[in-house]
Amino acid sequence: MELLEVRNLSKVYKTFLLDNISFTLPEGYIMGYVGQNGAGKSTTLNLITNICKSSSGEIYVDGITCEEDESRYKESIGYIGDEFYFPDNFRIRDIRSVLRNFYKTFRTEKFDELTKRWKLDGKLAVKDFSRGMKVKLMFASVLARDTKLLVLDEATNGLDPVVRVEVLKLLQEYIADGERSVIFSTHILSDLEQIADYIYFIHEGKTVLYDAKDELLESHLLVKGERRAIYPELQRALIGIMDNAYGFEAILPSDRADLLTNEFHFEKPTIDQIVIHYIKEREG
Amino acid sequence: MKIIISNQSELPIYAQIKEQLKEQILNGQIPEGSTLPSIRQLAKEVGVSVITTTRAYSDLEAEGFIATMQGRGSVVLSKDNNLLKEQYLLRIEEGLTTAIETARVMGLPEEELREIFHNLLEASADTARG
Repeated sequence: MELLEVRNLSKVYKTFLLDNISFTLPEGYIMGYVGQNGAGKSTTLNLITNICKSSSGEIYVDGITCEEDESRYKESIGYIGDEFYFPDNFRIRDIRSVLRNFYKTFRTEKFDELTKRWKLDGKLAVKDFSRGMKVKLMFASVLARDTKLLVLDEATNGLDPVVRVEVLKLLQEYIADGERSVIFSTHILSDLEQIADYIYFIHEGKTVLYDAKDELLESHLLVKGERRAIYPELQRALIGIMDNAYGFEAILPSDRADLLTNEFHFEKPTIDQIVIHYIKEREG
Repeated sequence: MKIIISNQSELPIYAQIKEQLKEQILNGQIPEGSTLPSIRQLAKEVGVSVITTTRAYSDLEAEGFIATMQGRGSVVLSKDNNLLKEQYLLRIEEGLTTAIETARVMGLPEEELREIFHNLLEASADTARG
């Protein structure tokens, strides 16, 4: 079953257009929503969490739209953003009591277990927490509820590698029963790349690529070589050629690998490399 | 069971998982009849996507190494099944071909190669009998 379905979603701002975004995310899978700063990632996620209203299109979470049943829709989503959203002077116990009153499915035992496991200091006001502690606190507040979809908007920004690895484990645990899904946005994939099942890549509000991550990786090659060795047919097939003083680097669809003579070097790309060259291709 | 994912490898991750499991099934480190971890469990432990482990398992299934049964998970099949037998025969042929080619390179007479083979066969049978 599809846990998240986005159909022909658009949002018109004075200076920005999110243009006709469509995708589905089945139960039990993770999607990475990637693009540059300002590409429209947060706009899309804010539409999913219903922080803002779309200009056109529909969003279904666990089979329903927000208009059909707002409280059920919102209960089923857990959101963690780049910015810390709890009041500065709150301590853990204040947050606990607010959330208990606000969300029907909030389980205080689960919240206590997580804050204890992550050694979050109950005596400190949350403004004195480190970035890592703040992120963990947001995770505890979301994971203590019975949600179906986690929406993470640049949630791992500014985290040290150790905490990032812990977050990856958390996300994988979250989807382990096959009934819940995660969508996360990021402008750098790196370690998150490994656990993502699907990649949706937008640039200036428009869809560039959308596929299973393994498919994307296998259908592209990273090519390097000398600029003068590029002949016209290869030139047309290469995506986002980038020069340096001693050579070039570009992406090539794997099904055009026959164009590569032994003058060129090619290897497996990362998602980041695919993204960079596609953006280069669009911007010229 | 052991799985090591290398980012330097030219093989895609699903293929790395598949090849390593295959190797361990063929050399008996993962015995027949044993149950592999679930697709989701493996994805979580190794830190890769669910689609990746799904592909590794479905390839292993297509090649006759495992069978996935509702409620029982993915079970390593008996070495008697035909698909797997083919894989074993292929391996034996590969090994013997290497031996034959090596013999040819050094110009060893066929008769001596046969003798080496028979001697090794007997020696190995003796060890097996203890």
